[in-house]
Parts: sequence; structure tokens; C-alpha cells
Amino acid sequence: MSASVLDLRNLSVRFTTPDGDVAAVSELSLSVGKGECLGIVGESGSGKSQTFLAAMGLLAHNGHAVGEAIFGGVNLVAADESTLNGLRGDKLAMIFQDPMTSLTPHMKVGHQLTEVLVRHRNLKSTAARDRAIAMLRRVQIPEPERRFEMYPHELSGGLRQRVMIAMALLCGPELIIADEPTTALDVTIQAQILDLIRRAKEELGTAVILITHDLGVVAGMADRVAVMYAGRIVELGDVHQIFNAPQHPYTKGLLACTPRLDDATASALVTIPGQPPNLQRLPKGCAYHPRCQNVMDRCRAEKPPLMSAGGGGLKACFLENFGRFQAGAVVP
Amino acid sequence: MWSYFARRVAIGIPTLWAIITVCFFMMRLTPGGPFDGEAPVPPEILANLRARFHLDDPLWRQYLDYVANLLRGDFGPSFKYRDFNVTTLIAQGFPVSLQNGFSALVIAIMIGVPLGIFAALGQNTRRDYMVSAVAMTGIVIPNFIMGHVLILVFGVWLKDSVFHLPAGGWADGALSNRVLPVFCLSLPYIAYLVRITRGGMIEAMRANYIRTARAKGLPFRLVVLRHALKSALIPVVTFLGPATAFLLTGSMVVETIFQIPGIGRYFVQGALNRDYTLVMGVTILSAALIIAMNLIVDLLYSLLDPRVRYEGKR
Ligand SMILES: Nc1ncnc2c1ncn2[C@@H]1O[C@H](COP(=O)(O)OP(=O)(O)OP(=O)(O)O)[C@@H](O)[C@H]1O
Ligand code: SF4
Ligand SMILES: [Mg+2]
Repeated sequence: MSASVLDLRNLSVRFTTPDGDVAAVSELSLSVGKGECLGIVGESGSGKSQTFLAAMGLLAHNGHAVGEAIFGGVNLVAADESTLNGLRGDKLAMIFQDPMTSLTPHMKVGHQLTEVLVRHRNLKSTAARDRAIAMLRRVQIPEPERRFEMYPHELSGGLRQRVMIAMALLCGPELIIADEPTTALDVTIQAQILDLIRRAKEELGTAVILITHDLGVVAGMADRVAVMYAGRIVELGDVHQIFNAPQHPYTKGLLACTPRLDDATASALVTIPGQPPNLQRLPKGCAYHPRCQNVMDRCRAEKPPLMSAGGGGLKACFLENFGRFQAGAVVP
Repeated sequence: MWSYFARRVAIGIPTLWAIITVCFFMMRLTPGGPFDGEAPVPPEILANLRARFHLDDPLWRQYLDYVANLLRGDFGPSFKYRDFNVTTLIAQGFPVSLQNGFSALVIAIMIGVPLGIFAALGQNTRRDYMVSAVAMTGIVIPNFIMGHVLILVFGVWLKDSVFHLPAGGWADGALSNRVLPVFCLSLPYIAYLVRITRGGMIEAMRANYIRTARAKGLPFRLVVLRHALKSALIPVVTFLGPATAFLLTGSMVVETIFQIPGIGRYFVQGALNRDYTLVMGVTILSAALIIAMNLIVDLLYSLLDPRVRYEGKR
């Protein structure tokens, strides 16, 4: 891994709500290398989106981030709106989950693309138009000239997500944050969209952060994977290690929930028993302990820090040599 | 799309006819009649009057005559203002109400909409609370009180200052005579528009596509004006349709307080006097306006949101 593109250091995100504060992300540190694809996985509510929305300066009004998110020498968390606006859409791009609602309904697709180029590249409208249409062609949108003049509702979900990707790629960003880019799409379309993102990464050398709750998506795409639980990273490692020798009981649980093509007996209906944690009142010690099958006395009292898991990976768990257990062996 | 609107206009005609018919018979069903004043009219005179206004004809006959006259643009004679016919009364009064209502509408939009946006963008800050509190006051204070307060302040207390404004009267539409009534008319609409625009803008700014627009690095001003404003205005347009029809047909309260010769006062006076033709005249006028405004609202929807489709394609 060469120099990093984005460095999160002790990033925390809290939301103020009428019934108390929500600790969505807690003291999270993470870095993404140049041209790397980092997968972020975890159950719904584990803080995946808010971590990176905080880095983009796009938190909801009641959200507040502290810590650092260093991008190109700038701490995005402390940066003012105009600094952020200079980076967003140019060097730093984001693709959102729901292509149905993520494009402005009353603006033509073309205008929504060209405004990025006008904003960051100062292009005149004809030049911007040419660039935008070329980009639509590049993301394999058929008849790009015609699509350019259409409104978002006239496109299918898959085409809209292609438009979103084209929009993200327009200025040749150093980092693309893709937040569940395929969750809302059909399975066949999903594969095409992932392929586009992979090609952008390979051809343009763009670093990609791929947020998903679907480990299957991460398997074919990511170089490294960070597993999040209750606003923290519980395991971070090389994609092969995460899949073949998970070091954290939660990662193992997630894997057990993922249907595998090579295992016909696995059922998609398996879920990790127990409730996801309440972020307003996190359990003492390891946040996963109420659901952990390997829980020890120590886990209820002490919070496990991120420590070396061997093989260059990190884990937040007190268990030793957990990876050596077979999946069946840990079940009491 | 145009065929849709052509059809809407075509549907408007039977709608109007239905309103005319229902209104005609309902008027006749209400107890009392146009000549039941406080002082009883001598029987011979009453008989003459009834004959002159064809009230002795069978009801269906009166109805057919009325509709036939309408088709010729004749709203019939007023029962109360006997030297006038209703067409003349409306022709004299409507322009006055129309001008005042239109001025009030423009002022309400120009003040209410920007204030609503201003409040929404500072949601839950002091400026939002201040604007919303003022708007709430505007809605809560009825205009018969506001009218008298305005008269008291500008017509009486400030009588000897440069801010003095006439307390009432029309003076053939002199500007100074218009200021207070137009202001009084527009106040509640400013207040409603602030609230509705604020709500629409807050809702629009929550949309996912606003996050996308911000993620592109667009300056805030562009995010608001280009990406949020149109959908924020949809509830505003919905409100303005009927509100415009209301404003343009004059306000009984405001026209009475400021002694303005518009048609707003005819609604109530006409109904109290059982002035059948006058009530019919102003009702038809407002019904036609409401139908027209609804059509314009639909047109505006399609400008604000391309997803709005009209059955029967484009
Ligand atoms: N505006 C907000 N106010 C209060 N709480 C919020 C707000 N936005 C998010 N949260 C909370 O922050 C937590 C983390 O949310 P986040 O969106 O990061 O989850 P996620 O891991 O992306 O899950 P998903 O897979 O559902 O997208 C959630 O529990 C959510 O309820
Ligand atoms: S620290 Fe303890 S409770 Fe937490 S995951 Fe590890 S074994 Fe389970
Ligand atoms: Mg999310």
C-alpha cells in the first residue's frame, strides 16, 4: 500500500435527538491507499454511511463530527463549506444507494452532469456537453445523446446509477465513496454496475470505498475489508483473510449469514441472533458481547482495542487464536 | 398535453352549468324573498314587483329564462339595486376588487415566499422562530381587527404626519386610498405563504438529490435555487390556486371596513337581501375563476415537476 488518499483519525459522529445523543461512529481510524478498493461491511445502523458522510461534510443538521479526516492535506472535518465545495465533485466523489431519489427530478440528466464540469472545470456549455456525453458513453449508456436530454424518471434504475457513476467520474476523482451502489438494483444489473466501478478503479487509478452490507459484493471487488459494528471497526484485513480466516466472532457471524455460491446448504435466512446495539446506550465493554457466543468475563468489563490479528490484520476482540477454530467448533 | 388542457376546459363548462343550476334552485329554496324587507311592502306593490321580476312564472320557466339570458351575457336585473342590472354592478365592482386582489397577491408572494425560504434555510434558529412567530400572528389576527388597527394607526394617530393614509373610501382608486386595504388583504396571505413555503423548502432540502447536489461541490445558493426551489414551490402553487380566486373576487370584510366599491360586499349583502340574480352573478364569477385557477395550477405543476403526466399522453 502506497501513500494514503484518505486518513480517518479518531473520527466520531454524534447525533443530537430529542431523546438523547446517538453515538453513530466512535473514534474510528482508517486509511485508504491510492488506487485501493476498501470494502466497508456491517449490519444496518453500524455507522458505515455516517462515517463517510462525515468525511464529505454531508451529515444531517443534527449530526456533529469530531476527529480528523485528512484528504490531500486538508482535514475535511474541520474544513469550511467553500473548501469542501472545492473538493467535492472534483477530487472526492460519492455515489449513493438509491438512484431513484438521488437525481434531481426536475432537471435533465445532461444538465446535472454538465453543472459539475462548469463548477470545477470552468467549461463552456458545449465543451461540457461533449465531455458529459463521452462520459455517459464510457459508463455504457446506450444512445447517450438522447439520454442526455432526458429527465431521471425516464431512465431505468440501472441507467440512473450509471448516470450517478458518470457524474462521480467526470472530474477524475482521487477517491470515490460508493455507498451501497447496487443495493436498490436487480442482481444482473448489480454485476454490471460493480464492473463499471472496478473498471474506473483500474483504468483511472481511482481509490474506491465500497460500503455494503453484502459480503458477496465485497468479495469480488475489495483489496481490504473493514468490518464495522456499533460505530467502530471490529476487524480490518486483507480480503482473503477476512473471508477465509476471520479473526472476530462478528465477522464470522456475518459470513455465516452470507449465502455462498459454493455451498448449497447455506441458507440466506441465517441471521446473527440478538438485537443490533442501541447506539444511545451501548453495552459496557465489548459492544458485541450480548450477542457473542465466545463472550468471556473480561468482555463485559473492558472494551477491546484494535490489536494485531496476525497476517497484517487488526481485530477488536480479546479471544486468542480465534481464527484457528472451525466455524462449527465455536458453537456450544 | 394540449389535448389534455382542451379537455379540461371542455369539462369546465358542464361543471359551471352544474354550479349555476344547483345555486339557482338553492337560492329559491331558502326561506324569504327579495321583497321581505323590514317594512312590509303593500300587497299591490308586491304583486307588481313580483310580476315585473317574473317571480310568478313557474320555477322551471324562470330557470330557463335565466340560463338563456346568461348565454347572452346578461346576468339579469338586481332585485335590490333596482336601477341596475347585475352585469353593470359586476362590471363596475369587479375591476376594483380585481386590482386590489391582484396587488395583494403580488405583494403576498413577493414577501411571503422569500421569507419562507429564509426561515426554512435557518431551520430552528432564531431567525426561523422570529419569522414563524410573525407569520403565526398574521394568521391568528382576523382581518376585521387588523383593518381597524391599521385605520387607527395610519388614519388617526399618524394623521398629522407624512405616514397619514386615508381611513377609508376609494377616491377613484387613488394610490393612498389603496395602500391600507391592499396591505390588509395581503397580510394573512403573506403569513400563509411563509408557512407553506417554509414547509415546502424544509421538505425539499431533505431530499436525497439535495445531498447529491451538495456532493458535487455546488455552492449553497445553487443547491437551493436550482435543485430545491422547484419542488419546494409545489405546495405553494397548490395553495395559490384557490387563494387567488378568493383574493380576486374581493373580500367582504376589507371592502366594508375601507368602504371600497368592489364586489366582495355583494356576496353577503346579496345573500342577506335574497337578491337572487346578484348572488348568482358573483357566484358564477368566482366559480369560473376557481375553475380557471385550478387549470393554471395544473399547468404550473407540469412546469415544476416533469413527472407530472396528463392522462391521454402528450
Ligand atoms: N440524522 C440522524 N439523527 C439521529 N440518528 C441518526 C441520524 N442519521 C443516522 N443516524 C443513526 O446513526 C446510525 C448509523 O447510521 P448509518 O447510516 O451510518 O448506518 P449504516 O451502517 O450506513 O446502515 P445502513 O446499512 O442501514 O445504511 C444509525 O443507527 C442511525 O439510526
Ligand atoms: S471481545 Fe469478547 S465479546 Fe467481544 S467479540 Fe471478542 S469474545 Fe466476543
Ligand atoms: Mg448506509
